Amino acid sequence: MSDFVSDFWHWYIAILSIVGIVGCGVLLKMQSTKRLEKGEKAQLHGHVWDEDLTEYNNPLPRWWAWSFYITIIFSLIYLAFYPGLGNFAGRLGWTSANEYQQEIAQANAEYGPLFDKYMKVDIITLAKDPQANAMGQRLFLNYCAQCHGSDAGGAKGFPNLRDRDWLYGGDPASIETTILDGRNGVMPTLVAAIGGETGVMELTHYVRSLSGLKHDATQAAAGKTKFAVCTGCHGADAKGMTAMGAPNLTDAVWLYGSSEETIAETIRHGRNNMMPAQKERLGEAKVHLLAAYVYSLGGGTPPVEKPVVAVAPAAGK
Amino acid sequence: MQVEETTYNYKVVRQFAVMTVVWGIVGMLVGVVIAAQLIWPDITFNIPWLSYGRLRPLHTNAVIFAFGGCALFATSYYVVQRTCQVRLVSDQLAAFTFWGWQLVIVAAAITLPLGITTSKEYAELEWPIDILIAVVWIAYALTFFGTIMRRRVPHIYVANWFFGGFILTVALLHIVNSAAVPASMWKSYSAFAGVQDAMVQWWYGHNAVGFFLTAGFLGIMYYFVPKQAGRPVYSYRLSVVHFWALIFTYMWAGPHHLHYTALPDWAQSLGMMFSLILLAPSWGGMINGIMTLSGAWHKLREDPILKFLIVSLSFYGMATFEGPMMSIKTVNALSHYTDWTVGHVHAGALGWVAFISIGALYYLIPRLWGRAEMYSIRLITLHFWVATLGIVLYISSMWIAGVMQGLMWRAVNSDGTLTYSFVESVKATYPYWTIRLIGGAMFFSGMLIMAYNTWKTIAAGKPYDAPIPALKPAVHAAAVGVQPMPAHGD
Repeated sequence: MSDFVSDFWHWYIAILSIVGIVGCGVLLKMQSTKRLEKGEKAQLHGHVWDEDLTEYNNPLPRWWAWSFYITIIFSLIYLAFYPGLGNFAGRLGWTSANEYQQEIAQANAEYGPLFDKYMKVDIITLAKDPQANAMGQRLFLNYCAQCHGSDAGGAKGFPNLRDRDWLYGGDPASIETTILDGRNGVMPTLVAAIGGETGVMELTHYVRSLSGLKHDATQAAAGKTKFAVCTGCHGADAKGMTAMGAPNLTDAVWLYGSSEETIAETIRHGRNNMMPAQKERLGEAKVHLLAAYVYSLGGGTPPVEKPVVAVAPAAGK
Repeated sequence: MQVEETTYNYKVVRQFAVMTVVWGIVGMLVGVVIAAQLIWPDITFNIPWLSYGRLRPLHTNAVIFAFGGCALFATSYYVVQRTCQVRLVSDQLAAFTFWGWQLVIVAAAITLPLGITTSKEYAELEWPIDILIAVVWIAYALTFFGTIMRRRVPHIYVANWFFGGFILTVALLHIVNSAAVPASMWKSYSAFAGVQDAMVQWWYGHNAVGFFLTAGFLGIMYYFVPKQAGRPVYSYRLSVVHFWALIFTYMWAGPHHLHYTALPDWAQSLGMMFSLILLAPSWGGMINGIMTLSGAWHKLREDPILKFLIVSLSFYGMATFEGPMMSIKTVNALSHYTDWTVGHVHAGALGWVAFISIGALYYLIPRLWGRAEMYSIRLITLHFWVATLGIVLYISSMWIAGVMQGLMWRAVNSDGTLTYSFVESVKATYPYWTIRLIGGAMFFSGMLIMAYNTWKTIAAGKPYDAPIPALKPAVHAAAVGVQPMPAHGD
């Protein structure tokens, strides 16, 4: 596809560039004079400013003029071989996009098999393989550590991957799905449904009471009745639901923080959190290794036999 | 009218000269603070206004536009009057540019820490301040060119070509790149979008270097070097070639800031080619300055002002050699986004821009307050050595750090994964950031020495406005003659 909306701009760029480069050479040639004879002194140019400012009229230093000519000639040659003059692609037909694609293809051919061989190994076995974990860790440090931290300990809004608390499930398949397809955790604001700001504070105290944090008992009691609105995702026992990515509110693990202020903020405004999908970027083989590395950090749970929603009591083991 | 016309307007030069020292200290202090923040991120107690992201643009704006800008105003007003042998065209306009420019600087110093920014590098100020800059700049152009037009000598001195080119181009650059749609009093959106916006920004950004920080300061060089050396400029012919080649070629070089981005390949190539062509025109200025001293090299030993001026030209030559090299795509692939760029910029900013300004100020200040020389020549020498050592520490540490970062970022393991995570390269850079901080602090302390010396000189002197000498018949004479004229016209 052309970079120009019309041929005019192609010619505009091409002609202006050539005229500009050649023009530098013409200027240089026009101002070139004979070298001074041996013993000949440069003349003063003849004007005087501010009492004593004068100028010699020495010829251009030869080596300097030649360095100028060389860059001019080099530029013209370069532009014959590489893109630069508008639409003219250059004799080599080089483009940065092609160069990139070639490098990627070459890297895939060279390194692809190293990763592909692990695709056949299941994640639990792989998590015990030191070499696979070393590769997984290197991937993690470059692609995941920005949000989850070098130690995978997480930060506000970014889950800790070393504990046993999982928003979307800690079994091998769930971890891999999370990395492949990403996750979008949305908690809607429900201020209207819980009776405005009073409701927000009551619910806040109730939520804090669930994990034994300091709270006002009267407000918490009032909040408990309003929690009905929340059970759809967090469950009647407030223990969360991995199918929805809804956190367990009864443990001591907090994604955004447990302070009264933060919890009230969450209830008041809702939350919208995004883990980007890595399938396109890294490919399935690298994601497989990453899933094994995350699993190996210690928080992974046993595999689920059927990949169905985990509410069925038969699931697991 | 008659009374006024007997002297040059030195008042505005004095004002700008003093503010150059003041803003130099402020801008460089902020630089030292952010250099320290890279080592100790919490050194400003997590106060949002003092966070790195807000202080960094304050540092660049303060040193470029406040320190550099005031130096350019002071010297250009001084030079244009003396080489045109006429008082500034309007004292009111000149005074307006002084107070207007100070207002711009104060507005920048308030809005940038508050986080009000367009996020365009070196053009961060929001639209109301941009309009004020444009108005002040037009007043500057009127004052400068108005004075040129009423000159009492037939020819325009070479320093004024460079000042004139710088003033015109900066007006063009500023107005085009700042074009924006205001959304509210302190928020606007650029008139350009996507990669066009990036290209306009770096067309501006690189020419801010080329015209604000180069052409303008070459104007300073062409007056103060021959004056301080007491020698004629080396070659009129060379000044013609390198002037036109420089101002033409710089205009094209911006795309080298956008190598390996969404900018089309053709634009990247042209940016790289013209950056290479720019090498010779840049060196033309250095040669003309340094060769002016030929036959008087001994003066370099005794005269610290000349040391500042000549060493500045060496750094100018070094930075303008390094620049074209870094614009070559293959080199840029290693250097881009590393501290090498930071080192390169400071070779130019500290070594060239600050040194030539400091040299010019040491020449100017005694003359503006009716003194023969600065209060202490030894303090100038001390300033020179402290600052030179500071620059050397600064640049060399950033070179090493930059090359190291570039190599670490591209290192891969046998499985193709990156050997180092980004944070490991950060950790490895700490020692070099520490050396840089020391270098920067030394350069800053040099400015404190200068402030003291300036203070003592002014305290011992009285504001002095030099008389405009009576017109002598223009000296056209020996243009065709064989005999070289004596170096001193009078």
